[in-house]
This record gives sequence, C-alpha cells and structure tokens, in this order.
Amino acid sequence: MRLRRNLTTLSFVAPLLIGIAVFFLYPLVSAVYFSFTKFDLLTVPQWVGLENYKRMADDPFLLQSVRNTLWMVAVFVPVRIISAIGLSMLLSQLKRGAGVFRTIFYLPALAPPVAATIAFVYLLKPGTGPVNTLLSHLGINGPLWFNSPDWSKPSLVLLGLWGIGDIMIIFLAAVLGVPVSLYEAAALDGANAWHRFRYVTLPTIRPVILFATITGVIYTLQYFDQAAVAGSIASGQAVTGGGISTAFGFPEGSTFTYPLWLYTVGFRYNALGYANAMAVVLFVVALAVTVILLRRSKAFSGEEQ
Amino acid sequence: MNKRIPPAQKSVIAAATAVLLLTACTPGTKEQKIADPGTEVSGTVELWHFFSEREADAVDAVIKDFESSHPKIKVTVKSGQDDSKVTQAIGAGNGPDIGLSYSTDIVGKFCSSGAWVDLSAYIKRDNVDLDTLNATTRQYTEFGGKRCAMPFLADAYGIYYNKDLFAKAGIAGPPKTLDELTEDAKKLTVRNPDGSLKTVGYLPLFDFYENVPSHLAPAVGAKWLTDDGKSAVAADPAWKTLLAWQKNLVDWYGYDNLQKFRAGLGDEFSADNAFQKGQVAINVDAEYRLAFLKDQSPNLKYGVAPLPTSDPAKYGGGYVTGNIMGISKNAKNPEAAWELIKYLTTNDATITKLANSLRNLPTTTGTMGDPTLAADPDFKTFMDIFASPNSSTTPPSASGPAYQETFQAFTVKWQSDKVKDLDAGIADADKQMNSVMSLGG
Repeated sequence: MRLRRNLTTLSFVAPLLIGIAVFFLYPLVSAVYFSFTKFDLLTVPQWVGLENYKRMADDPFLLQSVRNTLWMVAVFVPVRIISAIGLSMLLSQLKRGAGVFRTIFYLPALAPPVAATIAFVYLLKPGTGPVNTLLSHLGINGPLWFNSPDWSKPSLVLLGLWGIGDIMIIFLAAVLGVPVSLYEAAALDGANAWHRFRYVTLPTIRPVILFATITGVIYTLQYFDQAAVAGSIASGQAVTGGGISTAFGFPEGSTFTYPLWLYTVGFRYNALGYANAMAVVLFVVALAVTVILLRRSKAFSGEEQ
Repeated sequence: MNKRIPPAQKSVIAAATAVLLLTACTPGTKEQKIADPGTEVSGTVELWHFFSEREADAVDAVIKDFESSHPKIKVTVKSGQDDSKVTQAIGAGNGPDIGLSYSTDIVGKFCSSGAWVDLSAYIKRDNVDLDTLNATTRQYTEFGGKRCAMPFLADAYGIYYNKDLFAKAGIAGPPKTLDELTEDAKKLTVRNPDGSLKTVGYLPLFDFYENVPSHLAPAVGAKWLTDDGKSAVAADPAWKTLLAWQKNLVDWYGYDNLQKFRAGLGDEFSADNAFQKGQVAINVDAEYRLAFLKDQSPNLKYGVAPLPTSDPAKYGGGYVTGNIMGISKNAKNPEAAWELIKYLTTNDATITKLANSLRNLPTTTGTMGDPTLAADPDFKTFMDIFASPNSSTTPPSASGPAYQETFQAFTVKWQSDKVKDLDAGIADADKQMNSVMSLGG
C-alpha cells in the first residue's frame, strides 16, 4: 500500500526528476568528467587528471579574458542596478503618461541581442555613424567606441544600459510596492526626498537589489553574444568563411570575454577537455558568488541582518 | 516492502551508469578495408558541403554529371553544413560519407584523429597521380604522413591596386618589393588638412581585412612550423623582417591615425569594401574578389599582382588555401564516396567546370592550359601565383588555427606599440604557440 502510494507520488514528480537528471545533472557530471580528459569529439577521451586545470595558470588568453570579464562584472553590474533604480524612481514619480514611458523604456529589452548589437555598432561607428556626426556638430570629437580598446567595454555597458528594461520593470514593481504609510511617517518626522529614498525605499527594495546583483553577476560572467558580435562587426569582417571567432575580442582583445575563449578553445581548437575545465571553473565561480551574496545578506529568507 | 540497495553497490551502479552514458556519446574506432581493384561501385553516397544558393546550384550541376556517368551511384547532397556540424556528426557515429569544408584548418585534426580516413590505399589502388595536383594544395591536404583530404578548388592571395590612384600619384606599376610597397604606400596616401587620413596607400594593420600574418608570410618566405610540428617563428628571422617592416610603415602613418581611419571603413564583404570604394589603394586579397568587383564596383579600374617580397628573387607567389574534402571514418559507403571525390578533385573536365561556375582556382596541372577555362588576364595572374614555387600555405596542425591566431594576437600587440623588445616578444609568442598547440595533441 505504502509502496503504491510512493509510486503514485513518484509518477507525479517523475517528469521533473527526469528533466533535472537529463538536462542538468547528466550534462554537469559529464562536463566534470570531460574536464579531466583530453577530448576532441572525434577520438576516445584520454584521462589526463588535473592537467587542464593546471594549464589555466599560464594561459595568457585566459588571463586576458578573465580580466575583461571581471571588468564587466565590476562595472556593468553596479551601473545597471543603479541606473535601473534611478529610472524606476523617475517612472514611479510620473503623474501622467507613465504607461507610455514605461513602454518606451522597456521596449529595447525586447530587441534580440545580436540585432541590437549590430545596430549599436553602426550607430556608434566613427566616421559614418550618426552619434559621432552629432557630437561633431556640438564640437565634440567623439571616441572610436567599439574600435578603441579603451572604449569598447564602456560601449558594451552603454548597449547593456539601453536594454535595461527587464530589470527596470522589476525595480519599478518593487519601488511601487513600498507602503505609502512608511513615506508618510517619514515625512511627518521631517525626512526630505533623499532621506525618504535612503531610509525607506532602499531598505524595502533590498531583496530586489540582491536578486538583481546575483542574476547580473551570473549574466555578466556568461557575457558572450554582444561581445562576439560587436567585435566582428567593428573589425569589418562580419561574414568571413573562416568562422566568426577570428575577430573575437576585437580591438586588441579588449572585448575577449571568458566565454568567448571557452568557445574558441572548444569549438575552434577542438580542445573540449580544456573547454569543459573552463566551464566547470565558471560554474564554481558563479555558484560561489551566489552563495557569498546570499550569506552576507539574509534578505531572501526575510530575516534582518 | 522496502527494497534497499547497499550503499557500496549503489555507487558502483552509479559509476557504471555514468560510464555507459558518457561512452554512449563518445566515438569509438573502426578498421579500414578497401575493395579490390575493378570492383563495381554502387549504392547511395551522402555529401555534406557548406555552399549555399548560387554556389550550391553549381555543385549540384556537377553532381548530376557524376550521376549520369555513374548510373549505379546515387548522391544525396546536404548543403549549408559547416565544420562543427560535420565534426559532431562524425563524433556521434553518423558522419556523412563525404565532407566538403572551406577550411584547411581542420585537416590536422581530422587526419590525426582518424575522423577522415587515409586515402592512400584508394589512391594507390586506382593509380591516381598526385603530381597532377598543385604542389601547395598537396601540403594542406595531408598531415603527419596521412593523406586524408583532397583539394576541391583553391584560393590564391595577391595584391589588388587601384589604377586611377596609381596614375594620380605617378606610379607606373604594382610594387614588387616590400620597400617599393612602402614607397608607393606613402606616395598614394592623402591626408586631410587636420592631419587625419583621407586615402591610405596600403593599410598595414595585421587585423585589417585579409591583411593577416598568414597571408603576408610568403612576402618574406616566413615559416610557421618545424617538420615535427613545433613553432618555427622564433627560429626563422623572416618573421622579424616582416614585423619590423610593417611597424615602420605603421609608425609613418601613426597607429592612432590608422585606427581612426580603419574604424570608418565599410565591411570587407559588402559593397563598402575600402578597396572598392577607393579608400585604400593597395590591398591584399584573393581571386574571389574579382567576382565582387565585377558585380559591385564595375567602374573601378584596378590591377592585380603577386605579393611584393623582401627578396626580389622570391617574387611571384602569395598565400594559397582552398576547400578540402574527405571520407568520414564512419562512412556507410566509402567506395562510392571515393569514386565521387576522385571525380570532383582529379578529373580535369569536372574541375574546369567547377572553376568556371564558382570562380575559384582549378587545382590540377591538367586544367592550366585548358581552353574551356574562362581565364581573363586577372584570373590568369592568380593562377600564376597559385602555381608559383614561392607561394606557401599555413601547415595543418592538430589544434587547427590555434597557432596562427596566437601569433596574430601577438602581432596586433606589436603594431600598437605594446611590445618593446621584438626578439623577446617573438620568443614569447613562440612559447605560447607551442603551448596552445599542445591542446590539440
């Protein structure tokens, strides 16, 4: 009888369990297994122990890609969150046309990343793009944007800010969800606008900030599409027969992120063992960041620090 | 009832399942046997290629000819298949009988791993004379003593020069040496009043269009790899010659000026190509550009010539590469596959027909004087470059293009003035190349 009931329960959970096993656990276990091998898809994997992990220490391309990715995490994540909070605060203050502005600010988030990146590179293209032409009318000598190693990453951040709609909507919901009574109480105590924001809004939306930080860090660690497309379009070799990765990282390797190197190693150099080791490290780092952030702030469990 | 599996047994089962699952998706090995001479070949054969649209139609036309001359063989063609799809299919045990790839970079991997079978046995059985193949194409279709690929048309790189701009600058003909190239480049360059570049004679940046180290190596006769597959860049002084020459010209323009100028140029494979728009007067490119020029810039007056060289005695060549084809180790019908490959890569009439429709270079010596080959003087120049003993290619490596891209990354650093000591820089790049090549093993 109990067995039967257990089986019934199991049959209901089974689709989920199978899904987790097939699409999460199995790939994870095989990635870890392959990371200890030399594997090229074509021959039987050879066990090499920790070799792949050891070689990471003196791989100059890996170090470059880690530097670029860390730059993105350190700049892109905070800038995105601060801008999203700012934007949602402004939108929440609107008396009229809130719906129109919300739609306008949200729309770019719907643009496919590849199309958005191509459009951005052409808009910012020095010499022919409208942005620098406009700047020159204002007497400003515009930078080379995606063609300059110093400006390429900030340009990617700009691109990310343009498509900020997805987290802006979440912050807007959080800001609008702050109880009005709290603001009224604060106002009675003589709090000005800054005080109300600092001591009422911010603490209330902290769980959302934490959520945005964690998802933002994970997203940025996996930053791939925009960097790949921006590099190849800016290099002027958008469609070459040799495969897209010849232009990865352009200019001067400044947009060469960790996943781009992982992809190149795995699918261009056929070193899937090493690529899997890199994937495992990326997974561990993302997991560690998440755990640390969650530990530091108990916001998710609802307890106060 | 509560059936319990002892923990020890559990882990054994888990491990066994894991191994089973993992091996299910990894390749195995298979013995190669070939038929006796004279055996009649029949059945279906599957060909995967990367062409699309007009080019795919051209291939289909030739396949039709093959089927009518070999009525017992039926060919299934799948177009638009790139290298990674072919690799995955072979790894999963379902490789197409024949793969046709645009990249010679996969030859090393496919030969060393046995993903493509060694064709020597077939070649010997059918008395195919490999000497009828262009010498450079023979280099990039074999690796480690294994001939696992055959060349399917080829590309040769030379220089294109703008005749109007040459006339305006008072230059009679194309540069033949690197020094002349520098001189002409300076004469052809026009600056704006504010000092920025308006027209560039020759854009020397190593990450500009086709102006990459591999395409310029024949200019100095530089060698990529030693015979045992290690990096040769530190040992070969030619690389230093090339880099020093290039940096000199970059500095004359000013790196920042070039960066700024390049940022405003159109995409290489669009009608806005800088050479086609007259923004760059001399450009490294291959014979396929002829078709683009005819189509997109019919009014441009241009000429083509071999790559200028450091040593005048080595003039006449350029970089050579091409499409390749081979038989998967898990081909279902390798005999028919070989029959088709033989037809496409060694039959002069077929190759002439393909060269005429795809506008790439024919690879056999027998096609060179063929009157049915549509070869205007420009195309003929590329055929001469292709046949020149001074031409060279990038040797296959088990880790594909890894060594070239590692070196290119170094040259990009070099041109932007981030390398202070050239000798130490090259030595370091040499070390990195060996390291990255050990990934492919």
